[in-house]
Amino acid sequence: MIEVQKLTKHYGPVTAIRDVSFSVAPGEIVGFLGPNGAGKTTAMRILACFMPATSGAARVAGYDVFRQSMEVRRRIGYLPENVPLYTDMRVAPYLDFVAEVKGVGRGERRRRVAEVMERCLITEVQGRLIGTLSKGYRQRVGLAQAIVSDPEVLILDEPTIGLDPRQITEIRSLIKSLAGRHTVILSTHILPEVSMVCGGVVIINKGSIVAQGPIDTLVQQFFPTARLEVEIVGPPAAVRHGIRGIPGVVSVEELTVTNGAGRYVVESSRERDVRGEIFQVAAQQQWKLLELRRVGTTLEEVFIRVVAGEQTAEEGGA
Amino acid sequence: MKVWPIFKKEMRLYFTSPVAYVVLTIFLVIAGWFFYNIFAFFTLASMQSAMNPAMAREMNVTDSVMRPLVSNISVILLLLMPLVTMRLFSEERRSGTIELLLTYPVRDGAVLVGKYLAALALYALMLALTLLYPGIVVYFARLEWGPLVTGYVGLLLMGGTFIAVGVFASSLTENQIVASITTFGILLILWVIGWSADYVGGVWGKVLQHLSLIEHNDNFAKGVLDTKDVIYYLNFIALALFLTLRSLEARRWKG
Repeated sequence: MIEVQKLTKHYGPVTAIRDVSFSVAPGEIVGFLGPNGAGKTTAMRILACFMPATSGAARVAGYDVFRQSMEVRRRIGYLPENVPLYTDMRVAPYLDFVAEVKGVGRGERRRRVAEVMERCLITEVQGRLIGTLSKGYRQRVGLAQAIVSDPEVLILDEPTIGLDPRQITEIRSLIKSLAGRHTVILSTHILPEVSMVCGGVVIINKGSIVAQGPIDTLVQQFFPTARLEVEIVGPPAAVRHGIRGIPGVVSVEELTVTNGAGRYVVESSRERDVRGEIFQVAAQQQWKLLELRRVGTTLEEVFIRVVAGEQTAEEGGA
Repeated sequence: MKVWPIFKKEMRLYFTSPVAYVVLTIFLVIAGWFFYNIFAFFTLASMQSAMNPAMAREMNVTDSVMRPLVSNISVILLLLMPLVTMRLFSEERRSGTIELLLTYPVRDGAVLVGKYLAALALYALMLALTLLYPGIVVYFARLEWGPLVTGYVGLLLMGGTFIAVGVFASSLTENQIVASITTFGILLILWVIGWSADYVGGVWGKVLQHLSLIEHNDNFAKGVLDTKDVIYYLNFIALALFLTLRSLEARRWKG
């Protein structure tokens, strides 16, 4: 649905993005991640036909964003970063205007606007001036204008920024409900959000893509080992040695020892589940096994490793 | 072309914010004050001329009331129109709404025409409300309709030119004050450019005189409808709108 090939954008001497390539399948929700100033907004602006790229090509729904811009624009809904809205307009007439500009027919418009207000939970403020709305409502009006024409592709730049936790949950479930019918590309800083909402991610740093793919694949790619946290009462050296001896265990690291109970982090290959064997070893040695649990690798850790890894590589090169 | 939704949106913005009401009120108060003074002076002069038949023969409402009124209104417009047009693009740029507007499936040209026509419609409403004054004149004196109609056509064309210049200035900056001062500066210079025509003389003097905004309006007020004047204003509007389109496009590339 979205295909981006070697997209590059210069602002004068500054390169915002360089050779960015990725693709998004229809119905997928993809998260666009990266530190501030990484080039996420630039990439999204190019996809939304707000500005042309310096080189490279991008196709949305099969149309080139530069040469067939009108066709693309008819098929996208865009929510820019700081949700620019006409503060001097009322909510319902504003959405009606957007629907009309986006080519929703006269008869259908009323129904669409009402439906979209319901979905975004803004029906109760439909007669208010947008300028008097709270940040949360504005964000939802912004989202409503993006989906009012029922576009195939949604481009959302930080859709949950500045919302309170309850509103974040609401917006998130709204975005989730868009999957399948719409293809969504969204950028965000909040990494747990991506794991909750998105199927795949594209991580961008300093204008280039540093990692992309489904979240599980990325986790396995950057963290090849599974991790367990174990708490055992027993002599630390013997415990470490004993666990290390189990096939598949890559490393054992001691965290703390309190009152004879030591906490260890065990890394093992993903193919073997070593929990049973750890229990057996402890039982044989008559150590008391107090806790044994899996520690999941979060996207956050992947992100930090990827982005930090970039930096160390660069420093090493320099 | 999706001019109509853009036009409606701009009209809404003019009328849900206080802009339109303030502009209409101030304009009508000032224009009304000018009209009152001109008319009162005319009344006085016609009473004096009752004793002087030679003077009475020279007096007529068109020359003594309508022409000065039209020229006074054009001065108010010079000051007021930059304030009507300054928000058209600058405000969108400042608040960022331009980013959404320019990613909707509308061509830049349609956005521009929609905005231009909205400002022109507001202006036409301003002018329409001043028709009250000739209405009052008709009640007391015989009015020639020809010069009145051409006078208003002239005002409409001149105002249309002001708006086009204002739209262009507004597309250059995100600062509304800069936009309005730029508009005012351009208009004022084009207003007085003809003044030096007499000293310069020759071909250049003619060129300067032809460029002058006010020079062309004088004919309309006299009741002369010259295609040369109409074409001057229409050319001017087309040029300003064309430059605006280029400026919008340049902004896109700059990002």
